[in-house]
Amino acid sequence: MVEFTLPRNSRVVVGKTWPKPAGTNVRAFKIYRYDPDTPENPRIDTYFVDLDTCGPMVLDALIKIKNEIDPTLTFRRSCREGICGSCAMNIDGGNHLACIYGMDEIKGDVTIYPLPHMPVIKDLIPDLTHFYAQHASVKPWLETASAEPNTEWRQSIDDRRKLDGLYECILCACCSTSCPSYWWNGDRYLGPAALLQAYRWLADSRDEATGERLDDLEDPFKLYRCHTIMNCARTCPKGLNPAKAIASIKQMMVDRRM
Amino acid sequence: MDYRTDRSRVTGLGSAKYGTGHWWSQRISSAALVPLTLLFIFPFVSSLGSEHADVIATYANPFNAIVAILFIVTTFIHVRQGMQVVIEDYVHDKPIRTAALLANTLLCWAFGLTGVFAVAKIAFTA
Repeated sequence: MVEFTLPRNSRVVVGKTWPKPAGTNVRAFKIYRYDPDTPENPRIDTYFVDLDTCGPMVLDALIKIKNEIDPTLTFRRSCREGICGSCAMNIDGGNHLACIYGMDEIKGDVTIYPLPHMPVIKDLIPDLTHFYAQHASVKPWLETASAEPNTEWRQSIDDRRKLDGLYECILCACCSTSCPSYWWNGDRYLGPAALLQAYRWLADSRDEATGERLDDLEDPFKLYRCHTIMNCARTCPKGLNPAKAIASIKQMMVDRRM
Repeated sequence: MDYRTDRSRVTGLGSAKYGTGHWWSQRISSAALVPLTLLFIFPFVSSLGSEHADVIATYANPFNAIVAILFIVTTFIHVRQGMQVVIEDYVHDKPIRTAALLANTLLCWAFGLTGVFAVAKIAFTA
């Protein structure tokens, strides 16, 4: 069966509570910690941050904790403006980019976990190797058979418009790791992120491998594990709708047999 | 140690080139069940608690009998497909999964055929 409980060595225990600073605007952060170099179980550490001396976003608080309280806290971050996708994590029960998720959107303590149901490398860093390999497997590039034109592959303005809402994906993995189907069958189901990108190339008027792309996707697990749960559309920090893209793929599958 | 590449793990056994018919037929059967359920439920509910002869007379009516048979067949097609998806989602142990899928198919055929036989027997012998 699907594993509904965590393995014994993954059960989360109560961790350390770090000192509370003086101040009137102090917020508690409960953060998942896991160190692969020790045999200990993961734990939840509690940190306190004075928000009067901190930026407004969750990532600002994480950086402040790492700089001023606990340098061992480990997380990915880069652009701090929602375009690189590095700081995707589970904040207050939902998947968000820490850099563009404001602390004013959260009531009470701020709980932070790594993206759900992925192997954890350390603290808030999940192993996304399989996720990236799934993206690569949909051949996210232009496939053509015609002779290469001297200038560019041309596309009408209307056809270009069909890629809006698809090309903006930053592969942060918020959607795929929020999807129960991806949790239970992520080894075979490609997940919303990879399927959104698959549709981005299916919808591209310049691409000449549409049939082969559909052939590769027509599979009860690769594509049809999507049961339109819609967590992907709800969580996407870029406001995209992977569920709609997957529905469009299913529509193409039906179209080509009628 | 497993030296397979990540890409090879994702590719697995490749695409089964199957699934669209199953998915589409599940949509069609659910849409068909909306009118069929309504047409089935009225004679069925009005027969509840009535005399044996009245029930027999209701299902001796060709329209009621055909609606009941269509309802039973479509329901069990839909149940079989739906349960198949649930089993594929949650049962990961290969032998148990195969057994569960077989049991699902056999039970749906058995219950469906029993229902069709019952209605047909009334319709043809009343």
